[in-house]
Amino acid sequence: MYNVPNENGRFGDFGGKFVPETLMRPLEEIERALEQALADASFRAEYMHHLREYSGRPTALTFAENITNELNGARLYFKREDLNHTGAHKINNAIGQALLAKRMGKKKLIAETGAGQHGVAAATVAARFGMECIVFMGEEDIKRQALNVFRMKLLGAQVVPVFSGNRTLKDATNEAIRYWVQHCDDHFYMIGSVVGPHPYPKMVREFQRIIGDEAKEQLLEREGKLPDVVVACVGGGSNAIGMFSSFLADDVELVGVEAAGKGVDTPHHAATVTKGTKGVIHGSLTYLLQDEYGQIIEPYSISAGLDYPGVGPEHAYLASIGRVRYESVTDEEALAAFQWTAKTEGIIPAIESAHALAKAFDIAKQRAKDETVLVCLSGRGDKDVQAMMHYLEGASEHAVIRN
Amino acid sequence: MQLSGTNMFIPFLVAGDPHPDVTIELALVLQAAGADVLELGVPYSDPLADGPIIQRASARALKQGMTLPRAIQLAGKMRKKGVKIPIIIFTYYNPVLQLGKESFFALAKENGVDGVLIPDLPFEESEPIRRLGAETNIPLISLVAPTSKERIEKIASQAQGFLYCVSSLGVTGVRDTLPEEIHEFLAEVKQYSRVPVVVGFGISKSEQVQVLKAHCDGVVVGSALVQKVEELSDRLLQQEQHALDEFRRYVEQLVAPLRDVDFYGGVKEDEREKRAARAHSLSAGEVARGSEAAIRVDERH
Repeated sequence: MYNVPNENGRFGDFGGKFVPETLMRPLEEIERALEQALADASFRAEYMHHLREYSGRPTALTFAENITNELNGARLYFKREDLNHTGAHKINNAIGQALLAKRMGKKKLIAETGAGQHGVAAATVAARFGMECIVFMGEEDIKRQALNVFRMKLLGAQVVPVFSGNRTLKDATNEAIRYWVQHCDDHFYMIGSVVGPHPYPKMVREFQRIIGDEAKEQLLEREGKLPDVVVACVGGGSNAIGMFSSFLADDVELVGVEAAGKGVDTPHHAATVTKGTKGVIHGSLTYLLQDEYGQIIEPYSISAGLDYPGVGPEHAYLASIGRVRYESVTDEEALAAFQWTAKTEGIIPAIESAHALAKAFDIAKQRAKDETVLVCLSGRGDKDVQAMMHYLEGASEHAVIRN
Repeated sequence: MQLSGTNMFIPFLVAGDPHPDVTIELALVLQAAGADVLELGVPYSDPLADGPIIQRASARALKQGMTLPRAIQLAGKMRKKGVKIPIIIFTYYNPVLQLGKESFFALAKENGVDGVLIPDLPFEESEPIRRLGAETNIPLISLVAPTSKERIEKIASQAQGFLYCVSSLGVTGVRDTLPEEIHEFLAEVKQYSRVPVVVGFGISKSEQVQVLKAHCDGVVVGSALVQKVEELSDRLLQQEQHALDEFRRYVEQLVAPLRDVDFYGGVKEDEREKRAARAHSLSAGEVARGSEAAIRVDERH
């Protein structure tokens, strides 16, 4: 039976708690509170209530009929996490953690963000539950995602620019953890993915498994059988874990899609499971991109949400036992899927989700017509349209003229 | 080498900041100025427990090509140049994992390293390292923090070498004040510890050293020294003797409270003997420099 992590927070060799001593007791407190909350039916009911009433769950399962017809292969279904409040699956976890923070009597949230999706989700729940929220964001990402920065501020959060390293998600996470070390007595650190020290990978999984639970039920209802393949994109990997968790015990092929950037054989990618080695990052033993001396290498992807040098320890474990297959998709392939999905199905996916779509299209093409491929469409692409316009049309003036 | 003692002064340097050769020079100055143990920090790309000063120093040292194996070898070079005080390697865990735990201890042994401190390796994850440390007689220094509470007993009872108390919540850095609860915290730690108890994080002034001294067996000063090195960086790179002298004077005023030395008033007799004994084992150049500084202190008298 699949029963990880163990009481030390280990998924096989992976996971654990590699943090300064100052954070050990705060982590133990969160662990205790989480176990009690998960065993408490009223907590579950409250969580489900907010998912329904506030985030609009259950999200739809959409049969991608046009793409299925064009590919002439397996039937493709999209789990529409883009239809959540705030536009991505991140809100599931933010609601769960905010409720846990409330239960622990903490009224100040700390979050890190890359693309800004988790930052927006954290700021949103903070506003909803009457909490303060401070979001750490790399200066480079602040430039790339100006709209999300404004959103967070509008929601009442304080956005702190991070100037260390490459000024992206890894550095924002470092700074969020440093801030937490100093303020752990009255702040709750709300991690956005299935990364970090125990119990975070488990906690975020438990708050994201709703994706897979719903999708499984919806697909069974629609097709009368389980999907043949389930596909999701993997940066830290929270939407993928949320999706996969419900199918781990079933005879279903699971595929995680990493960002290959400009190619996994170039230095410019974020394909951590595919190309990384075992090591410790942000408190967890997992696969990561590093040099031979253990210095962490900056990843690259067109997608700010997949641009992370580590990966959730459970993914590292699932890869090591061969339960999930991890593949990768380049910027170019993701962009093509981004455009094609918009044009063909009338859905503009997040560029992160477009990585999963690109791989799902590939797979569906090669499968029989009576098979089904379920893909997690983790977020909507509104946040990306400006950047994609630059990529696709060259300079912005250009784009305006051509249109 | 023994890590034990009282009134210990434990300075921290980032290996390779601003240059590996300068780190050796600085270590010799620290020794001559009365350091009891040297903490040699290995620069890391993602130093989670460190504030901006040590982050910047790490970036400078990484640019010099510093790595964990090179930092350990730097300790070996220090030994050859006359550094006799115990050297503790301060490194994040990931570089140790990549070098390999056994290789790490073998290399450390070979280079005369006396201890290791890994800030992101808490007690629960540290068993293999503690075991290897015991086997090679290179103890893993444990940390306790103000949040440790009921964890203190467990950690303190297993502590090897000395026990490092984190003075306050937060990362390394220079702080104007230390929390009031620190004395209570130190008293509790001392009650459980069988090894010397030292305090670090935020200590940057001789007044703080003066206040802490009665409550612990030593103090660690990191960011304040690293900041001084940063300030003097260009001059140190040009091998300016005045820069080393300035560094030394800065260190001496920090050490003074631990030595019952009134820095501005002069050196007490027993302390002068202790220093002479220490200088005795140093290289000729160091002895010369050592006595020079002692004279300078006396001149102010």
